[in-house]
Amino acid sequence: MTSARNRELLALVPVAILLTAGFAAVFSQENEQLGNLSLIYGAYFLALCLVTHIYLRIRLPDADPYLFPLMATLTAFGLVMVYRIDEGLARDQANWFVLGLVLFALTIQFLRDYEVLERYRYTIAIGGLLLLLAPRVPGIGQQVNGAYLGVKIGPLAFQPAEFTKIAIVIFLASYLREHREVLIVGARRVLGVTLPPLKHFGPMLVVWGASMFMLVFIRDLGSSLMFFAAFLALLYVATGRFSFVVIGMAMFLVGAWFFASTVPHVHERVEIWLHPYEDPQGSGYQILNSIFAQADGGLFGKGFGEALITVPGTDNSLLPAAQTDMIYALIVNEVGLFGAVGVVLVYMLVAARGFKIALIAGDGFSKLLATGLTAVFAIQAFVIIGGVTRVIPLTGVTLPFISYGGSSIVANFVLLALLLLISDRARREAAEPAGRMAALGAPA
Amino acid sequence: MNRQIVKLFAFVMVLFGVLIGFTSYWSVFDAEALKEKDANKRPLFEQQQIPRGRILAADGTVIAKSVAKGKGAAKRYVRRYPEGSLFGHPIGYSFVQYGDSEFEQFHNDELVGEGSEFTSIADELLGHTQEGNDIVTNIDADAQRLALAELEEAGFGAVVALEPSTGAVKVMASNAPFDPNRVPYEYSKLANNGIETPLLNRATQGRYPPGSTFKVVTAAAGLDSGAITPETTIDAPGSLEVEGTPLQNDFNEDFGPIALDTALTSSVNTWFGQLGQQLGNDTLFKYMERFGFNAKPAIDLPEDEVLESGVYDFETEEMLTANDPVDLARLAIGQERLLATPLQMAQVAAAVANGGTLMKPQIWKRVVDPDGRVTDTMDPSVYSEPISEETAAELTTAMEGVVSEGTGTNAAISGVPVAGKTGTAETPGNLACGGGEEENQAWFIGFAPADDPQIAIAASVECTEQFGNDVAAPIFSDVAEAILNGE
Repeated sequence: MTSARNRELLALVPVAILLTAGFAAVFSQENEQLGNLSLIYGAYFLALCLVTHIYLRIRLPDADPYLFPLMATLTAFGLVMVYRIDEGLARDQANWFVLGLVLFALTIQFLRDYEVLERYRYTIAIGGLLLLLAPRVPGIGQQVNGAYLGVKIGPLAFQPAEFTKIAIVIFLASYLREHREVLIVGARRVLGVTLPPLKHFGPMLVVWGASMFMLVFIRDLGSSLMFFAAFLALLYVATGRFSFVVIGMAMFLVGAWFFASTVPHVHERVEIWLHPYEDPQGSGYQILNSIFAQADGGLFGKGFGEALITVPGTDNSLLPAAQTDMIYALIVNEVGLFGAVGVVLVYMLVAARGFKIALIAGDGFSKLLATGLTAVFAIQAFVIIGGVTRVIPLTGVTLPFISYGGSSIVANFVLLALLLLISDRARREAAEPAGRMAALGAPA
Repeated sequence: MNRQIVKLFAFVMVLFGVLIGFTSYWSVFDAEALKEKDANKRPLFEQQQIPRGRILAADGTVIAKSVAKGKGAAKRYVRRYPEGSLFGHPIGYSFVQYGDSEFEQFHNDELVGEGSEFTSIADELLGHTQEGNDIVTNIDADAQRLALAELEEAGFGAVVALEPSTGAVKVMASNAPFDPNRVPYEYSKLANNGIETPLLNRATQGRYPPGSTFKVVTAAAGLDSGAITPETTIDAPGSLEVEGTPLQNDFNEDFGPIALDTALTSSVNTWFGQLGQQLGNDTLFKYMERFGFNAKPAIDLPEDEVLESGVYDFETEEMLTANDPVDLARLAIGQERLLATPLQMAQVAAAVANGGTLMKPQIWKRVVDPDGRVTDTMDPSVYSEPISEETAAELTTAMEGVVSEGTGTNAAISGVPVAGKTGTAETPGNLACGGGEEENQAWFIGFAPADDPQIAIAASVECTEQFGNDVAAPIFSDVAEAILNGE
């Protein structure tokens, strides 16, 4: 099954070209002359990808060939965008990319038998939730734009929500694998609506409670939305009951509505989303300038390094949080609608490959885990791109693999590692019976 | 579970589809509207980063240029006007904080290099940064300088010089002038300056009673419509009772039966008053409109910075038409409620000079791209053909008499035949002049050489105690001579 790895190798070539060309474009923009520095960056990146590729060749020869190149595309694109904003930030980002690859390799190394995760599902879930609380702990917690998103211990700073999302998905996949039968069979129809059995639904309510808790306590509307959507997606796939999704959605909306009218931070986010022009220089500044930046991009964009991020001649930001929350607006600004659609298409392809893995996976846990990881990844992209384009209220979630941010990169590489682990086994199992049949000389 | 996974996948695809939809909406479909929003400062900042093209006089004198300030991403361009107030009108100004005006505003797209969508896409793909085009104007820098200097001696007013055969604007001077370089520093002072109103281009926005210069239009209507010939005589008494008030000649002089040449040479009010009554509303308004009245001049200046000329109803603030009751005798001699801009009266002179064909007045001459290629050149185009060549020739003969032996002798240029007409409209109590009783609006319109017209000029001076021949005709003569000698 080395053909999968050969395809992966081939797919990495355009990634390396994209990165080199992107760096060259930004570099020439800033230095008037083209140095060989961009080539060096490109070469480093390619070398890292090749090492990873060789590692995958050895450890997971049958894993999906496209996921890693797709993620590398996003990372390369993100590096170019961040480099274009600030060289120093790009250096951080490159370091985190390396760290991400290390954790990626470690995950593959030590979680080959990823069923072991099932055994520790409660530990993982509680650990994840505790992580989520850490930003409220005095001394290490950090408040960003009114939301409690970050933890800082000494020089080490990270955003726990990025890791919690994986923990929650693992827990849900495992729990639902075990209880999906009873959730389906035990369901009762009340007034024409199919309700899940309360006894087995208790832990599910805990997830709902956790999402609401995040709204109020962490004030992180984005992560809350992301977790709950992933939960509903998994619930639906596991039980096949659309009514559960509707009930869950209704519960979330009621809760969100209640808290939106009582918790100022959440309320404000919704108000800005609905009426950005009420305070264009104040609260509406960020979302309005996001949209203005996109309008400035047009079909083809201004080109790498050409868009305005600060007011010329000053340090006043024209696109606040350009390297994190707003990076999609900058992408539309610089590479236009075509480039942005290209980015969205890459996320769509990642989702397609992820769900493909879930489809061919043999056991329930693998199916649900692959579904959950893919869903949470796709939804995260949706929540932030949707926020930047005013589809939903703007929240502080990173754009996976593209936004500046260590936690995001590292956590998403762990997510990728898990998907590849599932894929490797699923594809081998799918291939084996056929191989055996061929060996037995069965008629075609 | 596979069926659900496929459905979930489909749902995720729909979500991403929504994202693409919204992105397209903001970046393409709603982009123009978003760029217009007040809250959106981006277009301003971006325009600052484009080196705006230069504006040049016909002889290459730099009227406006952009200089770079700051470095790197903070680099931006600021407008400089090396000649100060000389070309303040009609070039105007362009500053990010204060917007733009006049020629700078009208030709903004060329100056910032905003070509067709196709070229800009091609440029984007090739990685060209946007750069503005230079525009060379028709303006004769020496004549402009002379016109403005003489106006500053004479009083507030304007001078417009057009090339009759092309409509090229050679001079457009307005006193009080303004220095565009000062706009960022004292905008409010310039904008709210009582009588002086330096930001007002009097050539296109100063509306004055044209007085006797309008007799050229009345005569043209009479000749061209066939109501009179150059030989037709009309009895011109010293005074004529019109609508209950006497219409008088200067010093009540009784001319008896005279023809057009005498009537125009001596600017006989009772003669033209009767001709106007004979022509009637329809004919007079028809010829006025052919000469450009009752419409904004088709010049390359912003529409809200040029005014129509015509019979102005001060109560409704609208222009009257042929259907409205007007005092035809007084309209025929440029009184009634008739108001005309210097540009309009220059167009009258230019149309007669060009054998009866009125060309669209144009300030710009050609657009030159950053590589020095001429990308566009002014194409002279006809605005209207108000009168026949024959009428124009007959009128020219009569107008020559005005300068050679009549009321406009100060317009004469030695060795060059000049055709023209003076005008002195009494504007007693004009608040713009401080309310004095002896205030006139002094005019001269004309062209030279009369036998081969190269330049047609209107000069108008506000609030003067002097007559057209004393204060406006000399300006005509000097400016026309400067333009003729310069070629």
